[in-house]
Amino acid sequence: MSLVPLSLTAEKNPWSTSLDSIAMHEKTIAQLSAGLAAGEFSSEELTDAFLERVRRYNPQLNAFITLTAETALAQARAADERRQRGEAGPLTGIPIAHKDIFCTEGVRTSCGSRMLDRFISPYNATVVDKLNAAGAVMLGKTNMDEFAMGSSSETSFYGPVCNPWDLDTVPGGSSGGSAAAVAARLAPGATGTDTGGSIRQPAAMCGITGLKPTYGRVSRWGMIAYASSLDQGGPMARTAEDCALLLGAMAGFDPRDSTSVDRPVPDYTAQLDRPLNGLKIGLPKEYFGEGLDGAVAQTVETAMAEYRKLGAETVEISLPNSQLAIPAYYVIAPAECSSNLARFDGVRYGHRCENPKDLLDLYTRSRGEGFGPEVTRRILVGTFALSAGYYDAYYLKAQQIRRLISDDFQRAFEQVDVIAGPTSPTVAFRLGEKVDDPITMYLSDIYTIAVNLAGLPGLSLPVGFVSELPVGLQFIANYFAEDRLLNVAHRYQQVTDWHLRTPLAFA
Amino acid sequence: MSLGPAEVAKIAYLARLAIRDEDVPAYARNLSAILELVAQMNAADTTGVTPMAHPLDMAQRLRPDTVSEPDQRAAFQAIAPRVEAGLYLVPKVIE
Repeated sequence: MSLVPLSLTAEKNPWSTSLDSIAMHEKTIAQLSAGLAAGEFSSEELTDAFLERVRRYNPQLNAFITLTAETALAQARAADERRQRGEAGPLTGIPIAHKDIFCTEGVRTSCGSRMLDRFISPYNATVVDKLNAAGAVMLGKTNMDEFAMGSSSETSFYGPVCNPWDLDTVPGGSSGGSAAAVAARLAPGATGTDTGGSIRQPAAMCGITGLKPTYGRVSRWGMIAYASSLDQGGPMARTAEDCALLLGAMAGFDPRDSTSVDRPVPDYTAQLDRPLNGLKIGLPKEYFGEGLDGAVAQTVETAMAEYRKLGAETVEISLPNSQLAIPAYYVIAPAECSSNLARFDGVRYGHRCENPKDLLDLYTRSRGEGFGPEVTRRILVGTFALSAGYYDAYYLKAQQIRRLISDDFQRAFEQVDVIAGPTSPTVAFRLGEKVDDPITMYLSDIYTIAVNLAGLPGLSLPVGFVSELPVGLQFIANYFAEDRLLNVAHRYQQVTDWHLRTPLAFA
Repeated sequence: MSLGPAEVAKIAYLARLAIRDEDVPAYARNLSAILELVAQMNAADTTGVTPMAHPLDMAQRLRPDTVSEPDQRAAFQAIAPRVEAGLYLVPKVIE
């Protein structure tokens, strides 16, 4: 490819598209970064192109709640100036989208809820500040399950998100807007959060790569809390390499988050090419049993054969307490959510009911009107589990099971380097199929939830299709081994092209 | 464990959540199903197992007890439903 240096002050380069064999929206963050560095296009042009795609395609997908076109273009121009000064990093000028759970100063931060429909955040989340400092450009805020409670992105006050691979199916959740936006090439990367699978499961269902880091690796400050001992922010993009670039900017110690871990952030791209010879992959037999779709199992096994060709060894392992993860999660997460969401009282910010007759009426009606049914269910379950006389039977018992689950993983990591299995038991299901049946919906996260309970890092990458819908493969590693997960995913992506497939309607 | 409409109403009161009367039976049904799912925990013997509150078993970090945040009252009150003279307004509590 021949390059024509583009002066940032000059008129738009008439050659910039024709010189380029791959359309801008089809490039990975790493490729876009190289294009910006080579002057093939400016951040302003790039940002404009993605904004145009969002305007064109979002009506079909409902992936974005808020588009911040003006600030995006201003950020893009600032990034171009920064590049001219020779101060650009790998993310400078790269457009991204933020899940609408991250507070963004001066921009509505709704968390997918009526409660925060008119909430303009007075400050930025640390993750947002860090990505801003890296020079990333925010295109807008993505749709999500209300307060991140859901596995289908259907519980949003702003309506469901559609899966770009089949508009009649869900994109997964709760970070479904981010996943759909990346899959449909409306953004080259996005932020997500994962409390029980909310990065990995939508990444799987939309055919992209998503990483939930070790608990404490990414600051939770300004990330609206759901279940504080489980919540963790992370990157969603097409490739492991792109996730490495994003995580490098997102991770790090934050004195404002008391659970943030004070530990240096490695260069996550440094180990990407490490050969997989001798890598021991553990396949938990509990992840391949009843409830797993046969074709999904077959796809995962085919991916494992590819890994063996890359030099890895696969061994069967056991995580004997796996079946207890969902029951324990549905005590711990609701208990913590009932406590966290107590702050929404209609007094200081958020929705307030009309004409409250007294303070109790103000609280109950503001909350009753502000929260949707799934959030209400979880608050009620948590309130019950923490109420007098039930604490030992529910919360304490769940915390003990959490220990058993964590111990299972530690025993497994004595034998293997990483653990692999399906990210979700099925491919994307149909819109409306499970929304009235919470228990069935919860089972969609059966392979992801234990990772949050243990606080481990987990990654999902696309490894094929069943019924023309993407299948995700999950890798789990020991604490702070994000670099290993990214390496294991990257090597596979060097010899396969599942991560490069674009849904036909959005090509 | 199964919950009836009266229990759901009591929990909703504890959570300060108004639920429409017609929605109570559905919540009772869903909550009972969730508690049935949760009851699978009872199959596990957890005698002597130390509860795990933090995934990395870390203690909460403390910071020096010093003023570290600037005064942002105006910014915070700009998004409040009702304020007057720097105060948040609520219905009269004491007659």
